[in-house]
Formats: sequence, C-alpha cells, structure tokens
Amino acid sequence: MNPANMQLLWVFGMFVVVLSVIGIYCVLVTYNLIRALIGLEIIIKAVTLMIVVAGHITGHEALAQSLVITLIVIEAVMITVGVGIVVGITRHTGSLDLRKISNLKG
Amino acid sequence: MLIDLVILFALTLSSLWTVMTRSLLRSAIGLALTSALLTILMFRLNSTLAAVFELSVCAGLISVLFVSTISLTHPLTREEIIKHMRERRARFWALPFIIIIAGIVLSLLHIKPQLLLPSPEMEKDVRNVMWNLRDIDLLGQIIILLTGAFGVLILFKERIKK
Repeated sequence: MNPANMQLLWVFGMFVVVLSVIGIYCVLVTYNLIRALIGLEIIIKAVTLMIVVAGHITGHEALAQSLVITLIVIEAVMITVGVGIVVGITRHTGSLDLRKISNLKG
Repeated sequence: MLIDLVILFALTLSSLWTVMTRSLLRSAIGLALTSALLTILMFRLNSTLAAVFELSVCAGLISVLFVSTISLTHPLTREEIIKHMRERRARFWALPFIIIIAGIVLSLLHIKPQLLLPSPEMEKDVRNVMWNLRDIDLLGQIIILLTGAFGVLILFKERIKK
C-alpha cells in the first residue's frame, strides 16, 4: 500500500472510531427509544464510511459500493421495523422511556 | 485532503450534535445532516451510486420516518424537560474521555491493515458486481425488504374490536 493511501486510511479510520464511539455511547446511556435508534444509525454511518474508504484504497470501489447499498437497504428496513416497535410500545406504555418497559406480556 | 478533513470534522460535529441535543426533532435533523455530509465524502471517494442511495434513503426516507414517529409520540411536560436536562448532562460528561482513551488504546495497538483483494479489474463496474458477482446479496435484500414490509404490517395492524 502506498503512503498516500495509508495516510488516507489512518485519517478516515480515526474519524470512523470517533463516530463509532459516539454512536455506541449514545446507545448505552440513553433511556429514550428513538435516541437509541439514532445512536444505532450513527454506528452504521461509521461502518458505511469505513467500507467506502477500504474500497477506495484497494481499488475495489464497485464491490464496496454493492456492499454499501446492501447495508443501506438493511439499515432502512431495520429502522422501519424499529420505529414501528417504538410506536407500538408508546401506545402501550404512553412513554418513550426504556425504564417504563417492564412487561413482556402481550 | 484538506476538504476531506473539513467534511470529516463537520461530520463528527453534526453526529455529536445529533446525540447531545435535547430535542428529538433536532436530533432527527442532525442525523439527516450527518447523512448528507457522508454523501459528500462518498462522492469524493468515487462511490457515486452508493452516495445517491445514502442521500435518498438515509437523509430522506429515514429522516421522514423519524420525524413521523416523533410526531406520533406526545411531547414532555415542562417539569419533565427540566428533570431530563439535568439527567442528560450527568450522563454525557464521560463521552470526551472515552473518545480520548479509545484513541490512545488504538494508537498503542499498532494495527497494520491488510486490505488487498485479488483482481480489482474484474470489479470496475458496480452493475456487474451487483448482478453477477454479488447476486446472492440481491436475494438477501429482497428477503429483508419483504421481512420489513410484513413486520410493519403486523406492528401497525389495528386491534379487532369485539
């Protein structure tokens, strides 16, 4: 790998780590269901960026793009089902607070 | 590279704002902004088709989904907002320290990535890759889309009144 690509990888890699930490931290500390989904989204954004950078550096851009498109489809479906569950829980408990979900019935 | 760095800093700041802001609506807008900035980076890294998908699906569709969900839930009362703000400040104080520690640990690991894959000439065209080399992914995408559609149908179905 040439030095320019190595530099690109390290610069983007650092920001990918920061984005991942922000997303994981958000998921861990929040009690709000929608904000947990938003944290998950940020983690997926970091993964997407890393795949694109890896594809650019290795010259496999088309392969990376096909993986990213698959990832985006999965992400969209995951969020759709996630917000559906959030709406269902809100109708049952009247709140978005995770601490108020203590019932597995139903 | 300088432009990339500026966009990367903006991306990090917008994702931080998304996580830290009190209002859920602002959080959803911040997520759309993060997606838009990621799209610019993807364009700059020659991943144009994936960038179009990112902009239309993540910055568009998913933001609309979040805003719709937020509109379906009831807002907090004034007392709840004040209590919530105090709790949020207490929860996020450790975030900068964790980022710094993660950076130090990763720099100490001396990771040497081996990203080389064989024959990149075969994969120049994204359409060829998607339809010929990664066709099983398309099947997976269709199954996942159908799962999502049926999942949403089941979740949003109305309870039958007796």
